[in-house]
Amino acid sequence: MENKRCDLKMKELQEIARETRKDIIKMINIAGSGHPGGSLSCVEIVVALYFRVMHHNPKAPRGATSWTDRDRFVLSKGHSVPTVYSVLSRMGFFPRDWLWKLRKIGSGLDGHPCMIKTPGIEASTGSLGQGLSIANGMALAGKMDKKDYRVYVLLGDGEIEEGQIWEASMTTSRYGLDNLCAILDHNRLQIDDSIKNIKNPYPLAEKWQSFGWEVVEVDGHNFDELLKAFEYSKQVKGKPTMIIANTIKGKGVSFMENQLAWHGKSPTTEQCELAIKEIDQP
Amino acid sequence: MKLLSLRDVYGETLVELGRSNPNIVVLDADLAFSTKTHLFKEFFPDRFFDLGLAEADMMSTAAGLASCGKIVFASTFAIFATGRAYEQIRLSINYSQLSVKIVATHAGLATGADGYSHQALEDIALMRVLPNMQVIAPCDTEQVSSIIKTIAQIDGPFYVRLPKISLPKIYEHFEFQPGCSVVLREGNDITIGAIGPMVAEALEAHNILKSKGISARIIDFVSVKPIDETAIKKACIETKAFITCEDHSVIGGLGDAVAKVILEYKPIPHFRVGVQDTFSESGDHTDLYNKYGLMANHIANYAIKLLDS
Ligand SMILES: Cc1ncc(C[n+]2csc(CCOP(=O)(O)OP(=O)(O)O)c2C)c(N)n1
Ligand SMILES: [Mg+2]
Repeated sequence: MENKRCDLKMKELQEIARETRKDIIKMINIAGSGHPGGSLSCVEIVVALYFRVMHHNPKAPRGATSWTDRDRFVLSKGHSVPTVYSVLSRMGFFPRDWLWKLRKIGSGLDGHPCMIKTPGIEASTGSLGQGLSIANGMALAGKMDKKDYRVYVLLGDGEIEEGQIWEASMTTSRYGLDNLCAILDHNRLQIDDSIKNIKNPYPLAEKWQSFGWEVVEVDGHNFDELLKAFEYSKQVKGKPTMIIANTIKGKGVSFMENQLAWHGKSPTTEQCELAIKEIDQP
Repeated sequence: MKLLSLRDVYGETLVELGRSNPNIVVLDADLAFSTKTHLFKEFFPDRFFDLGLAEADMMSTAAGLASCGKIVFASTFAIFATGRAYEQIRLSINYSQLSVKIVATHAGLATGADGYSHQALEDIALMRVLPNMQVIAPCDTEQVSSIIKTIAQIDGPFYVRLPKISLPKIYEHFEFQPGCSVVLREGNDITIGAIGPMVAEALEAHNILKSKGISARIIDFVSVKPIDETAIKKACIETKAFITCEDHSVIGGLGDAVAKVILEYKPIPHFRVGVQDTFSESGDHTDLYNKYGLMANHIANYAIKLLDS
């Protein structure tokens, strides 16, 4: 039933990541609004999950005829959904031309994830802070039903300022949800400033460890490290895993990298062309 | 008059459902002994999760469970369920059309001594404004058991509001259907529509009015959303005025739901009995109902005034 492609080599994954970045830039340019910074920082994470880690089937997404044993992915930082849309379309969940209607009325691709509208989306998010709780519910159901599926949830590093994340983090460890793996997109920035200057959530690893989580830290743009961390998370028993993925906000487009201003701004057509050229020839 | 606990019957009905349906999961937020979900926990510890003092977390967790096919009942006090976790309900449950049944207790002034912080006076308004959400306010134990069994079989989100106080039995037998209302007394001078604890008050008002030669139709609007528009329209033609009664703010609750239908169909004088856009306080439930104008004699007086005007 599954559509994972274990045969994909690092080079091919990197190529897919490049194509995904170009999709993101193009989509947000055409849409005229959106969030490039946090979409670009999580590209390798989302690509690794859908192309190498998760068991899923684009022919039987969430819904009445779904494959109930599929792994689930919850995009808790919902504003980065262009990344997920690009990957879902590449996997065949919906036609590619949908991408160019992002954020337009009736397009099927809203500005933030909607599980009712868009094939492959597992949870409606966009209001930050809710995704880990939702993922916990999925993981609890999996344990209750003695199913083997795993639940992956991607959090923003600004997002973890939300109290609900910590409410949820206690549930995950209290119930020993080792079928859940969270990834923190540690790009160091939120909207108004760096996370350090706003609420300073550091030290990250120690915080999650003290909440009962297994913590691994990786370079979030390195497929090899990401895949090893996902593999490791499957071996961890009796507790959930948090992968702290060190990333660069706006990764791949030099003028967007580490720039607060590119959190939620659409590139002009000129900037879009420049960005695509850069991604093609880094 | 014998008074029965709606909350007890909620807990007992959950146990009954749990026996026949392995898909039922129950969540609470450290108030299981008050909401009575602890009864379910005793029988089905593997399908009960106490998520602690984390109402927002509870609602989104309910969404995750429901997205995997569980029928989830989530309970806490009405103000915390709808107020603290409003946006979680709005997005992760309601927008996502998931089968989460929010059954909240300690609704209204009738919560009593705990005071304003614990008296949900705006929960109906908050839930009613959400598209898709059905809002139900039972008035006795017969209704509770039928409602809980029925909504467990209907896909999608529900909000059920229960009072803390015990109430007299109104029904010998009751079968809930979404959008239903029940005419409890026929009458042709004035219609009194009520929900929850106010149904018993309305019935008493009926007797007071009868002794004064006024015939009041009493309708139990157990389904606040969808509301039984036919019953309201009929009352607009067959009676001369309308009074709505709720232990809730007059803004956004049953009164406003009924007013919309009256206004759009055939305006007749309408008065909304309820908490009149003001803060409440601690006190015995009857003292509070007296002070805030929610007793049968208040309803009867409003009826006489409205018919005189
Ligand atoms: C509850 C909530 N509050 C505020 C926002 C507006 N918002 C969107 S993105 C964002 C910053 C997120 O920062 P981070 O989690 O670090 O995301 P990333 O850097 O990966 O884009 C905010 C405040 C929101 N979507 N939800
Ligand atoms: Mg960030």
